[in-house]
Amino acid sequence: MAEVSVRKVVKEYDGGVQAVKGIDLEIADHEFVVLVGPSGCGKSTTLRMIAGLEEITGGEIWIGGDVVNDVPPRDRDIAMVFQNYALYPHMSVFDNMAFGLKLRKFPKDEIKRRVDEAARILDIGMLLERKPRALSGGQRQRVAMGRAIVRNPKVFLFDEPLSNLDAKLRVQMRTEIKKVHQTVKTTTVYVTHDQIEAMTLADRVVVMNHGIIEQVGTPQELYHNPTSRFVAGFIGSPAMNFLPCRIEEAGGGGLFVQSGSNLRIPIPAARTARYAPHKNKEMVFGIRPEHLVERREVGKAGFEPVELLVDVVEPMGMETMVHFFVDGAPVCARIDPATHAAPEEMLALTADMNQMHIMEKDSGKVV
Amino acid sequence: MAGSSGIAATMTPPGAGRVPMGMMQRFLQRRSTIAFLLCLPLILLVAGFVIYPAFYAIYLSMLNKKMTAFVGLGNFAFLLKRHTFQLVIFQSCLFAITAVMMKALLGFILAHLMHNIPSTNQKIWRGLLLVPWVIPLALSTLTWWWMFDPSYSAFNWILNQFGLDNVPWLGVGWIARLCTITVNVWFGTPFFMIMYLAALKSVPEQLYEAAAIDGASAVQKLIFVTLPMMRNIISITVLFSLITTFADFDIVRILTGGGPQDMTHVFATYAFQVGIQSGDIPLGAADSLFMFPILAFAAFFVLRGVTQRTKEIAT
Repeated sequence: MAEVSVRKVVKEYDGGVQAVKGIDLEIADHEFVVLVGPSGCGKSTTLRMIAGLEEITGGEIWIGGDVVNDVPPRDRDIAMVFQNYALYPHMSVFDNMAFGLKLRKFPKDEIKRRVDEAARILDIGMLLERKPRALSGGQRQRVAMGRAIVRNPKVFLFDEPLSNLDAKLRVQMRTEIKKVHQTVKTTTVYVTHDQIEAMTLADRVVVMNHGIIEQVGTPQELYHNPTSRFVAGFIGSPAMNFLPCRIEEAGGGGLFVQSGSNLRIPIPAARTARYAPHKNKEMVFGIRPEHLVERREVGKAGFEPVELLVDVVEPMGMETMVHFFVDGAPVCARIDPATHAAPEEMLALTADMNQMHIMEKDSGKVV
Repeated sequence: MAGSSGIAATMTPPGAGRVPMGMMQRFLQRRSTIAFLLCLPLILLVAGFVIYPAFYAIYLSMLNKKMTAFVGLGNFAFLLKRHTFQLVIFQSCLFAITAVMMKALLGFILAHLMHNIPSTNQKIWRGLLLVPWVIPLALSTLTWWWMFDPSYSAFNWILNQFGLDNVPWLGVGWIARLCTITVNVWFGTPFFMIMYLAALKSVPEQLYEAAAIDGASAVQKLIFVTLPMMRNIISITVLFSLITTFADFDIVRILTGGGPQDMTHVFATYAFQVGIQSGDIPLGAADSLFMFPILAFAAFFVLRGVTQRTKEIAT
């Protein structure tokens, strides 16, 4: 087990394209950290640099107190689970799992003990004699994890391990990965583009975009206190609504959000001091669909009435998504399925302004 | 045939005619029928130029020299007792097995070198290394023959530059055997290289990455990942090359004509000498048929292994 430290790491490809632009990241021992971001944000490259599969252009990577920049993957004492499993097709499940131990010249009985133990944890004991082709996607994924577990390495690296599974199996495997981490407690770095995977698995989530780290924090921190418009929009599903707005002064020292000509919502008193310096500037107002609900609890501090013209209604069973347009910008609300909503009709909503966000229009910084 | 039946069917009275007409149409529209009809030209070609000559050769091999009487397996028994033919069996095996092993080894090494050259330069080198394979063999063998020539040998000229004596390249049995093998290796290596290169490119990069993380060195990656992943293609290329090398005619015929003292003859050149030049066609046919059981035996085991492994690793 070990801590991992990424210091000012840069990855530049031939032709000067920078995939990773000098990131810093400290991962504690036993921690489960998820790197998340859209395609091309540099998350997989970062993971591969930690693994030693990509050379580092600049900076340092430390694993367990040692700089590993020039250490080949086999000497880093790490294990990796790949997106398409990368199982050796000509070897049985047992041999796949035992391969790393055989190369390290472990005694046979020790290899068998470790493989059996991993197989027990992952519930694949009955598959040990099979070849990978005779396994389902989920079973292959378990074998790939087993191959990592038997080595008892300092760090586990997962590169989008659930992307090739169907939705149902993905949820199941997600739970299993979490269970395995709770059992073996190995420091884990996990890469995914799926923010739900990131939120459910991680002790801390690292949101990356264009080769830089946008924000690092616990899932709750990222959800409630995003520091940028990118993080605010990336974390949460459906995504946060963004509306261009101005902060304007109301009578009596209060402020309100003015978006377009029709939408005018008071800002809670607790936030007036925070937003006062941004008065009369072009800003962006952000509110999550789950904070824009059917009309209720009006009168409670920060719960403000809003009325919008319905465009599309999407009943989902446990909730209903309602889509609107506010001066051309799409807005989504998440309402109780019992509430009546129909296209081309006005719908009375409540905006929980205690959960609102205001961002600078150009920099996207949350103020 | 099909057309005439169709016409006949339309001319038969209604009721009786509808059934055969429908059956014929259905028969012609079946995918298997269409597939068979599309393959028919090839089947006819193979039947005419491979199957018929093969059976005719079997028939010929059982006749006497004048082709007037049936002698059963007499020609085969006669050949086996002949010292020259025993030499031919040994030489054919030596020629084919040594050449195929050398080609496989060199092809494997070249494919690896090629695989590690950046893709832009790779095309040029790949093209250059394929040249021996695309030049007509008879023509390139003539060039080799000139280079081995006792008076004008380019190799001897080089040896002379270093103060060494001339070597009678094609005049001494073992050296001549080595020369024929060398030319065959030169000609056939590009085929192995291109097949192995394709196989190398098809091994998923992530397997090497997984092996690197598992702790494998470069040699261990070769042994535990590359070779097992290439076993099928290695088996098939070796089998294919074994068949064509066993049946080789051009190189020996042009380079040595089977000499000196029949020490470089292989099945095909000996069959030509006995059957065409000496006029004993049945004996020549018997000679050429000796290759068949050897190759059939090899093909059976190689293809069985390939099928088993394909079932194992196909995903």
